[in-house]
Amino acid sequence: MVRVHFNRRQLCIPYGLFLALFVVIPMLLILFYAFTEEVDGILTFTFSNFLNFFTSTAKLSTLLMSFTVAIISTAICLAIAYPVAYILARSKLRRRNVLLMLFILPMWINFVLRITALRELLDLVGLLGTQNYLNTIIGMVYDFLPFMILPLYTTLEKLDESYLEAAADLGANPFTVFTKVTFPLSMPGVISGITMVFMPSMTNYVVSDTLSNFNITILGKLIDQYFTTYDNWHMGSMISIILLVIIFLTMLATGGFKDDGREARGANLW
Amino acid sequence: MVKRIVSVAICVAVLLFIYAPILLLVVYSFTDSNVIGKWDGFSFALYADLFRDAEIMQILFNTVWLALVAALLSTALGTAGAVGIFYSKRKFAKPLQAASQIPVINAEIVTAISLALLFSALFLYRTYFSLIVGHMVLCTPFVVLSVMPKLKQMDPNTYEAALDLGASPSQVLFKVVVPQIFSGILSGFMLSITLSLDDYIVTAFTKPPMFDTISTYVYNAVKNGTNNSTPALRALSALIFIVMIAVLLVINLRARKPAQKEAAK
Repeated sequence: MVRVHFNRRQLCIPYGLFLALFVVIPMLLILFYAFTEEVDGILTFTFSNFLNFFTSTAKLSTLLMSFTVAIISTAICLAIAYPVAYILARSKLRRRNVLLMLFILPMWINFVLRITALRELLDLVGLLGTQNYLNTIIGMVYDFLPFMILPLYTTLEKLDESYLEAAADLGANPFTVFTKVTFPLSMPGVISGITMVFMPSMTNYVVSDTLSNFNITILGKLIDQYFTTYDNWHMGSMISIILLVIIFLTMLATGGFKDDGREARGANLW
Repeated sequence: MVKRIVSVAICVAVLLFIYAPILLLVVYSFTDSNVIGKWDGFSFALYADLFRDAEIMQILFNTVWLALVAALLSTALGTAGAVGIFYSKRKFAKPLQAASQIPVINAEIVTAISLALLFSALFLYRTYFSLIVGHMVLCTPFVVLSVMPKLKQMDPNTYEAALDLGASPSQVLFKVVVPQIFSGILSGFMLSITLSLDDYIVTAFTKPPMFDTISTYVYNAVKNGTNNSTPALRALSALIFIVMIAVLLVINLRARKPAQKEAAK
């Protein structure tokens, strides 16, 4: 019997080794690179990458701009997704699942192709090459909208109708019912959606590159540039650490840690 | 009534936003014109060009085999991992699950450069090995997350019963456990395929220099300004859009029915 239990548990050894070698050690390497520099071929410990980031106007303005683009994109996503999710979840349609499917279907289609298609559309209406920031925000909203709709729909659909009726019976008008009952109860979905949209909006540089003709540098692009263009892996690692701290702080602020991300990725539809 | 009209208007407007670029590309894939917006009569010329373009066909092939290999390996590793974690003691299971969440939460660019650092230290940077491992890092945690709920739903007594009836542990695993968690394994596999097909950033940092997937090829075409000069790419995108939408609709319309029955229980 003891041998049997031992056997089942052994199954996690390959995955444990995989995680240690290809996830944990690489993350530690980022930390190592961020706090070292190469002088005459010798690696030495240094805070200079850290200090350099926070004293460089160019890098700080990239951070600020990227942060702003991500906040605006997330806010627009929420403003579009909430009404859609609300309408779908409250509708009496028998096949509303099929309707939902139409809204989140692009999630599974290669995003580079979708963004290139959007680029063609923006080109056709004359925005490409003239409105780089606007295009980038449109692109982020376009790409990440399904990831906002899905968690919102999931929470709104589970919402117990009787709470809303009770609030109305107790004299609340429809507006108050929404602000005091519906919206607070949908907060888990809102938070899950925000965490799914905000971070990629700061880092997915394929969207900003494609739609701004490579004129906008978001934080993710800056990391890419330090690895591919400037060949300074130490600075690139430091910017990654700063990005990780930002991700960690947003998750702490929104309490998004509980969500495993799988549901929001639409896995349940397969 | 007004509420209904507003609701329908909102839904239609958002669907238009979502599908306008896709529709534009699909429509203009059926004309032999170099630029979108200029209609040169209905024609399949771009599709003919597409299938004659050896480079694009090679890239399509690369993308598909990479997705299949990465998904198969991720599914095997992730399923075993999930079973192992499920039966392990809490003090072992917790850190494994936490590590497994890292690639899920992490920004893709950070995952990508972390792998670049590791593989350059191992002298395996930009090889097929780093590419496949990179995709496995993206996919495997989602397999674990797909399989885990199915393990939790399983009746623990069936495992013991099978052992009491004389099955060996490996027989129990393949004849009792796997069939019960199969739907989770399958959804993990499908999710892995779509994650791999969708990926750009990790691929860009781990791929061999001469290897391209659809994502890296199209991105580089835009970067080098050759996007407009290869209208065949438009046909490729249109084809992928049509096929994916059709496949997804069919799968979901068919799968919906039993799932609803299950939910009704």
